[in-house]
Amino acid sequence: MKLTKTLLASTALTVASGMAFADGHMASEMTIVSWGGAYSNSQQKAYHDPYMEKTGINIINDESSPEGVAKMRAQAEAGNITWDLVDLEAADAIRVCDEGLAMEIDHDEVLAPAPDGTPASEDFGDMIVSDCFIPQIVFSTTFGYRTDQVADGVEPPKGACDVFDLETYPGKRGLNKQPIANLEWALLCDGVAYEDVYDVLETEEGQDRAFAKLDTIKDQTIFWSSAAEAIQLLADGEVFMSSTYNGRLFSAIEEQGQPIGMAWDWQMFDLDGWVVPADLPEDRLARVMDYLYFATDTQRLADQAKYISYGPARASSAPLVSTHAELGIDMAPHMPTEPSNAENTFVNNYTWWADYRDDLDSKFQAWLTQ
Amino acid sequence: MSALTPVSRTPVSFYVPVVALAGAFAGLLVGTAQGSSLLGVIGGAILMAAAAYLTTQVVQAERPSRWALIVMGALAGLVIGGIAAALIGAFFGWFFGWFTFWLYEGRYRAYVAPYLTPGQVLWHHTFRMICGAILIFLITPILVVMPLSFNAEDFFTFTPEMLRFDPAGYSLKHYEDFFTNSDWQGALANSVKIAPMATLLSVSFGTLAAIGLSQPHVPFRRAIMAILISPMIVPLIISAAGMYFFYSRIGLQGTYIGVVLAHAALGIPFVIITVTATLVGFDNSLTRAAANMGAGPVTTFFRVQMPLILPGVISGGLFAFITSFDEVVVVLFVGSAGQKTLPWQMFTGLREQISPTILAVATILVILSIALLTVVELLRRRSERLRGMSPA
Repeated sequence: MKLTKTLLASTALTVASGMAFADGHMASEMTIVSWGGAYSNSQQKAYHDPYMEKTGINIINDESSPEGVAKMRAQAEAGNITWDLVDLEAADAIRVCDEGLAMEIDHDEVLAPAPDGTPASEDFGDMIVSDCFIPQIVFSTTFGYRTDQVADGVEPPKGACDVFDLETYPGKRGLNKQPIANLEWALLCDGVAYEDVYDVLETEEGQDRAFAKLDTIKDQTIFWSSAAEAIQLLADGEVFMSSTYNGRLFSAIEEQGQPIGMAWDWQMFDLDGWVVPADLPEDRLARVMDYLYFATDTQRLADQAKYISYGPARASSAPLVSTHAELGIDMAPHMPTEPSNAENTFVNNYTWWADYRDDLDSKFQAWLTQ
Repeated sequence: MSALTPVSRTPVSFYVPVVALAGAFAGLLVGTAQGSSLLGVIGGAILMAAAAYLTTQVVQAERPSRWALIVMGALAGLVIGGIAAALIGAFFGWFFGWFTFWLYEGRYRAYVAPYLTPGQVLWHHTFRMICGAILIFLITPILVVMPLSFNAEDFFTFTPEMLRFDPAGYSLKHYEDFFTNSDWQGALANSVKIAPMATLLSVSFGTLAAIGLSQPHVPFRRAIMAILISPMIVPLIISAAGMYFFYSRIGLQGTYIGVVLAHAALGIPFVIITVTATLVGFDNSLTRAAANMGAGPVTTFFRVQMPLILPGVISGGLFAFITSFDEVVVVLFVGSAGQKTLPWQMFTGLREQISPTILAVATILVILSIALLTVVELLRRRSERLRGMSPA
């Protein structure tokens, strides 16, 4: 019967082509895990593309950083490390380092010195918050607001504390669906002095006080879980103002031309960087180290700032930050570290959060469902 | 369909209040959109009642009245909110013209049995309305996605330009992005490599299992069946986590074959269920007859049994294909970035970068699925006709 023959023939074809695709992990591949979106794009252009061109090694992007810690745990437990290099926030990097999931690194040995010969550990300085952590960028979590929704004669919002001011700025607001930054903002705007924030937050009463402050805006707040969601809410005009990462806001304002303004006051600085999973096989480790030496040198870090408004983590990179690759605008005023943006700032206390994260995470989630 | 019941005109006291009620409902929608629900309700009711009375009792000409209502609706929409609103207004006008005369002329009674009580007639139409509402509820999310995929902006937002039908508000750039972006093309290639292989495995094993399990002399049939269809019942996340650890130990995690096997396991239950269902109608004396005429079991299977149960095999295969093509949870665990499939790419895209490219992909996939289902249905009808199973 004709039909049977057709079926058999197509079966044979599928099997044959399937076998042809069934090649394993190729020898010249490297899986690098990052955050996706505009951020991965900046890494692709500043690090991956030139590196692939130079060495011929193919870099595969895995956008799994949001669940990076959990997946690194699973891989270690299963004894099957498939990632070569992982991009994590500082607090997460400290956690994986403490758990032995990431490799400790001698920064001076592995990384390139600054052009003037300063060793890497001095060039990065305080940014090296953990022995496993290779800093990449300084970013900040700050606020964007809809410029077209500010009432006439009202001063536009300046920063975090305006989120709690429902009278002057009515309307929905967006906040991150996690305790980091929200609890600090709640206390700072409730009148706690900057130096005391983490001391207060350590106590039961302090945590209650922070949640009570958040309670005042809870029914007007939409909690987002990915940075893209926050930008979408702002672009839709669904919220009047929202916290999110400054690089995303830059992209929405300058690249997409959305009517959004920046409110920098009490922005929270944070670090992001690489960790190398522990127990990589020899050959893959050698490849990763070669990549790291290349991708974290002074010029590459400065190059990344051409594509996204995050500050390079090396002191020696700062003077090299120039203009946006496509728009040609000066990037310096968009950096979170620019003095006029950085009047009131606080630094995410990574070590504190590494200790309290799990506890406060569950408290925060419980508070959300109340 | 011819009319079942002779119809007669209905009294003003019946159709005007009903039209007013419908008008109030429409007014509620329009009024809420414009900022005052109460005003909308009252205005809609009065306006539509007046229109119904005027067209039926004063003008008394159906065709011109209905056209007039459409034009007036369009004009009212244009005044309120531009071209898009004008279209909606025209639709409202058309609907109320039709609805008024449908009630006034008693046409609502024409196609229901003459002996039904008014209550039953009302239920007859209410039931249809509920069915229609359910269909709309199911299909609207898909319909909203399609125009948004032609957005000229990079967000899931109906821009003012789009609502004005300004060509500048629309673009094909997200489709272009899909066809040129290496991430999306890589994901598409992976999906196209994985799904047919997984389908093939599911169909082969599933069909064999179904045939075996339909033999009365197989021991523990029910238990085996329950185990085989368990991937359909066990929560996906549990299967995924289990597969992750198992495949990691035996070196299949993060490989093409691993993903194919995992998807095949998910697809097999669908094939077993559909093929078992078709086997119920299969006459076993046919295989005995074939054997009697000297055909071996393999020949019998391909020449006699297979063609007869083919519709079940194909629809099972279709389900298996869609399961693999749509699957995101298991591939996130079992696959590595090298096996990133379309749903995976859409998932990370939604999380990290809400871009209408996802909607463009969704639109393409919807059109593909419709085409696929249509082709299968046509083939099925053709084969039935050829075998004389249904009147042509």
